[in-house]
Amino acid sequence: MNTEIPADSEVILGILNNSESILKKLYLAYFPMILQLIINNNGDEEDAKDIYQEAIIVLYNKVKRGDFELSSKLKTFIYSVCRRLWLKRLAQVNRFGGDIKDFEEFLPVEDDVENHEERDMQLNKMEDALKLLGEPCKTIMEDFYMHNRSMQEICERFGYTNADNAKTQKYKCLQRLKKLFFQQK
Amino acid sequence: MKDDQLTELIERYLDGDMSQQERDQFEQLCKSDASVNHKLKEHRHFTGLLKQYNERLELENRLNAIHQEIDVHTLKEDLMVHPSWVVRLWRNHHSKISVAASIAIFAILTTMYFTGDLSNEDPRFVELKREVGNLKRSTENLNHATSTIIQDIKKDKKLTNPGNYRGSGFALSANGYIVTNFHVVNGADSVYVQNDNGESFHAKVIYTEPQYDVAILQINDPSFKHLDAIPYTFKKSKSDLGEDLYTLGYPGDDIFCGTGALTSASGFRGDTTEYQVSIPVNPGNSGGPLIDGKGNIVGVINGKQTQTSAAAFAVKSNYLLKAIQNIPADSLSKSLNLNTKNSLAGLSRPQQIKKLRNYMFMVKVYNQ
Repeated sequence: MNTEIPADSEVILGILNNSESILKKLYLAYFPMILQLIINNNGDEEDAKDIYQEAIIVLYNKVKRGDFELSSKLKTFIYSVCRRLWLKRLAQVNRFGGDIKDFEEFLPVEDDVENHEERDMQLNKMEDALKLLGEPCKTIMEDFYMHNRSMQEICERFGYTNADNAKTQKYKCLQRLKKLFFQQK
Repeated sequence: MKDDQLTELIERYLDGDMSQQERDQFEQLCKSDASVNHKLKEHRHFTGLLKQYNERLELENRLNAIHQEIDVHTLKEDLMVHPSWVVRLWRNHHSKISVAASIAIFAILTTMYFTGDLSNEDPRFVELKREVGNLKRSTENLNHATSTIIQDIKKDKKLTNPGNYRGSGFALSANGYIVTNFHVVNGADSVYVQNDNGESFHAKVIYTEPQYDVAILQINDPSFKHLDAIPYTFKKSKSDLGEDLYTLGYPGDDIFCGTGALTSASGFRGDTTEYQVSIPVNPGNSGGPLIDGKGNIVGVINGKQTQTSAAAFAVKSNYLLKAIQNIPADSLSKSLNLNTKNSLAGLSRPQQIKKLRNYMFMVKVYNQ
């Protein structure tokens, strides 16, 4: 396992450039720290994986949005986000004894976590809406809006002879998806 | 304009699929029609969410792929803060331990209740009471023993001790003067005399005459009472050969009577201060009187010849008298008057002895 710790600036650039190798380096570098935090605070390795990946996503989005200022070490930021997320998780399942055993110093990252969770909630709603949508609408939506496939490809895939029919079908599907999405609380 | 056509327009606008003319027209429409503008924003947000959702899915997949490469199990073992075995034992078995402890406490309380330990009576009081009782009993025993000893002392019963050396002696006068051999009391630290009744009295050596092997003692014990008048006299003249003689003494614990005859006028190796007599004697006989048939003291037994059987020696009585005369006057706290009236002359030997034994003493010598 490669435990080489990449420089913080290298990681930021890597994320912006969608570098697969940097993402991997980043992931491998700080996972042990978070595993240690979680398993010594009433969690298991699956909890550690969830929390850590969520924190990486928080960092990823923050960098992608361009509002990540390198005012603190990446390590501290990741640790702080994980700590915050884990505290929330413990409180939800009533497993929190009121005291968390810390292994690193940490920052107040409430805003980042709040933003992330709000966004995450929207995306979860979208996920649920897509699940409820049913075929072939789900695939048409995914192909067109998520995978950026052209109408031409979609016509061929679903055997629509008329592009207008396909467009009508797509429109109906989108309307239904919107309806499902906004109906959720 | 129908909704689906509008949506198509919006999509084309967002994708940049319009000519410049169409874009201007559409933007104009948005400005004039608020509902179109609203629709545009809503559509942009919604499709943006779909794209973000897609990004998240992709990122999650990438992260999961990376995660697959980590040996989480080994890592977990390394990072686990291992608590002490007591804590682990408690964490794993706390319910069982709690139940066991409850049962134990209940059992102890029950036992204490039934054995009365829960009552207010402090068991230590009982123990103390018993201890005090023991002390009381031991003190009573001690008191009893002490009072017995005091009573014995008051009754003048002396504790007897056999002494380091023993010899015999006999009374010179009724007021406590006793004669014995010098060799018996030589080197003594303290001397006791014991009468026929077993009563011991402390005595003091007041005079010794080593050349005649004579020692004079005086009983100086407060419990001593005067003897009756001495029945025997001291023969001043020499005795004749073949005369029947006997001696009394304490070779053992009881008084001993040895009989025989005068066999020679001179003693060991021709010592003229001594008689030789054919009386069987033993070491304790030293200092005992040599008595003739009329109850006269003719000598003091002082030894025997080991090679010859039944040959003993006795200091002649006239040398005993000489020694008595030689006693310095200031050594005598009481007068030493020898008896001159013989009251034994007409009596048979057993009757003589019956009277004599009251004047015979065992001389016990103590030294270090």
